[in-house]
Amino acid sequence: MEVLKIATAGSVDDGKSTLIGRILYDTQSLTTDKLEAIEAKSKANGFDYLDFSLATDGLIAEREQGITIDVAHIYFSSKTKSYIVADTPGHIEYTRNMVTGASTSQASIILVDARKGVIEQTHRHFFINNLLRVKDIIVAVNKMDLVDFSESVYEEIKADFQKMIDQSEYKEQNITFIPVSALLGDNVVTSSENMPWYQGNTILDHLESLEAQDVYEQSQMRFPVQMVIRPKQTDFHDFRGYAGKIYGDDLEVGDEVTILPSLTTSRIKEIYFFDQKFDKAGRGSSCTITLEDDLNISRGDMIVKNAERPNIGKQLEAKVCWMDTKELQAGTQYFLQSGSNRILAKIKEVSGVIHTDFSGEDTTANSLKLNEVGKVNILMSRPLAYDSYTENRISGSFILIDAHTNTTAGVGFVQ
Amino acid sequence: MELVTKDRKTIDPLETIETHNNTAALTINPLESEAIYIFREVVAQFEKPVLLFSGGKDSITLVRLAQKAFYPAKIPFPLLHIDTGHNFPETIAFRDKLVEELGVELIVRYVQDSIDQGKVVEEKGKYASRNSLQTTTLLDALDEFKFDAAIGGARRDEEKARAKERIFSVRDDFGQWDEKNQRPELFDHLNGKISLGQNVRVFPISNWTELDVWSYINKEKIEIPSIYFAHIRKTFVRDGMIWSADEAVYREEDEVVEDRLVRFRTVGDMSCTAAVLSDAVTLEKVVEEIRASTISERGARIDDKRSEAAMEKRKQQGYF
Repeated sequence: MEVLKIATAGSVDDGKSTLIGRILYDTQSLTTDKLEAIEAKSKANGFDYLDFSLATDGLIAEREQGITIDVAHIYFSSKTKSYIVADTPGHIEYTRNMVTGASTSQASIILVDARKGVIEQTHRHFFINNLLRVKDIIVAVNKMDLVDFSESVYEEIKADFQKMIDQSEYKEQNITFIPVSALLGDNVVTSSENMPWYQGNTILDHLESLEAQDVYEQSQMRFPVQMVIRPKQTDFHDFRGYAGKIYGDDLEVGDEVTILPSLTTSRIKEIYFFDQKFDKAGRGSSCTITLEDDLNISRGDMIVKNAERPNIGKQLEAKVCWMDTKELQAGTQYFLQSGSNRILAKIKEVSGVIHTDFSGEDTTANSLKLNEVGKVNILMSRPLAYDSYTENRISGSFILIDAHTNTTAGVGFVQ
Repeated sequence: MELVTKDRKTIDPLETIETHNNTAALTINPLESEAIYIFREVVAQFEKPVLLFSGGKDSITLVRLAQKAFYPAKIPFPLLHIDTGHNFPETIAFRDKLVEELGVELIVRYVQDSIDQGKVVEEKGKYASRNSLQTTTLLDALDEFKFDAAIGGARRDEEKARAKERIFSVRDDFGQWDEKNQRPELFDHLNGKISLGQNVRVFPISNWTELDVWSYINKEKIEIPSIYFAHIRKTFVRDGMIWSADEAVYREEDEVVEDRLVRFRTVGDMSCTAAVLSDAVTLEKVVEEIRASTISERGARIDDKRSEAAMEKRKQQGYF
């Protein structure tokens, strides 16, 4: 069974939770007791219709304010796929959650209110999906019922959105527009009778057509070592296995590999998954490998194929999305964590704050505030093996951890 | 397009994806691979992890995943069981056998002790349950052994507040969950750095659904306690739900005890776990039943029905 992870983005009241609730309802994914709870609550609140957003808005504060303030994960299945939806909040102060949701998703749904069209928030939502290189984007023009299902309104929004797309550097991104009414169910799971002028797929049909693959796309093989497994048992006396997850490409017994950052070389001897040995393992698999040579390898090291070496260095440039209320300042120390590697690092310079509406950047800034995206130069206390984010999502991204509070303060995308 | 969520006989959510035609190529189950990755991060990033083991199917699944993550080494952390004293006897027998087979350490701490020490007060009356009392015993046990990571089998599909849990969920000295101040989790970069006094709850099967768990148990042929299968049991009906007629469960005089063919979908404290009528005596039949089921799993847990925000409130207080 394929698993497709999708994220949703929309502004307050764009009807995001309603859309997800509608998908759950129309795919019969809501169980009897959950549906009854929604019916009872809708009635108690004096609504004329079923409030599907109640299916997803889980926290007490959210129910009180009627808004979604944290990433919620929702699950449903079709005949061919299992879906995991990261329902992420749209208002500006929770942008960090949107980045979080998008980082583990391979498709995104951006909601636009048909009455409001493309607004500043829409720019931000598209910008983030662009920055994170989410491969498939669905632009759901919602609340079509409130604009009389007007084709011209839809076309205008499409044209406005296209202007943003024209400014994007990520040309391989697939963007699909769909006019919907989440409230009434038009073009969500079933085709709309109210919009005969639209011939395209419904949202679910479109999702079904997407190829589910790991969010970490095909690229060069990267194997960050999570831990060394040494059983110290009589049966496995000299066993020294390297446990990790394969990213980017396949790994095969016999492959000539280089260990980073030491640059020592060896050959793959065995690939274990539990008590079985395999000749070959694909990307996405968490396995344990052994090497022909007895080398000094530990957590944080990265195993790559000989001909596919990444960059190794103590300095890198990255776009950073800041997620902490405490500003990022040049000169401050953080822990930089990329996969299993955690290194003490220092912000050398903030060279610019990027405007998330594609209007350029402010090069006079030397700090980053919560939810801002900037260009940052980082120095590390020891060498890191890394790729650019466009080449490899795992070895090209990292988090910055506040050295005092230990919170995840920001996320970086290597240039 | 046809959707078959209610009647999903045609799909197996854990059917693996063939990555190669080569017969000796490893096939990937994305959910399993993710869980194994998380287990390894826990052991690498924390000094003293523990696996919270209830004897239920989710914690049994966790044990299997842990075995896979560290093979050929043994599971490198102990299991901790918070015993409410209202267990199904089958579960305890099963637990002891499993621990014996795995050669791992089992730690048991008793809610009864917390009651005897006056730390918690037993609930009284019709809906009395020891479920919420577990929290104190759990927090005391974590403190006693200085565990810095407690691995649990909670899933995001279980309940709305759980849908917002992180994989690494940081708790303060009081075990409290600050749901508005959770760390963002990006890509596979799991941040397990904590301050003194803090600990982390870890949920390796966050992204699994109930059906995923059952399909996995079926595919892996994992042994589970007998109460998950249909059996004749002395029961009574209250509020449309079927309760085990046992000393641990309060019963009014007019609540009639009858023999019924039932099984359990979750195994918690006996006083808050309802049975369902079922004739599913094999794993295959249980999976079929879950696929066809329209009542969600937690619908059979009376403690969540107390109020809409029941789970979130308990979580803020440190409940698992």
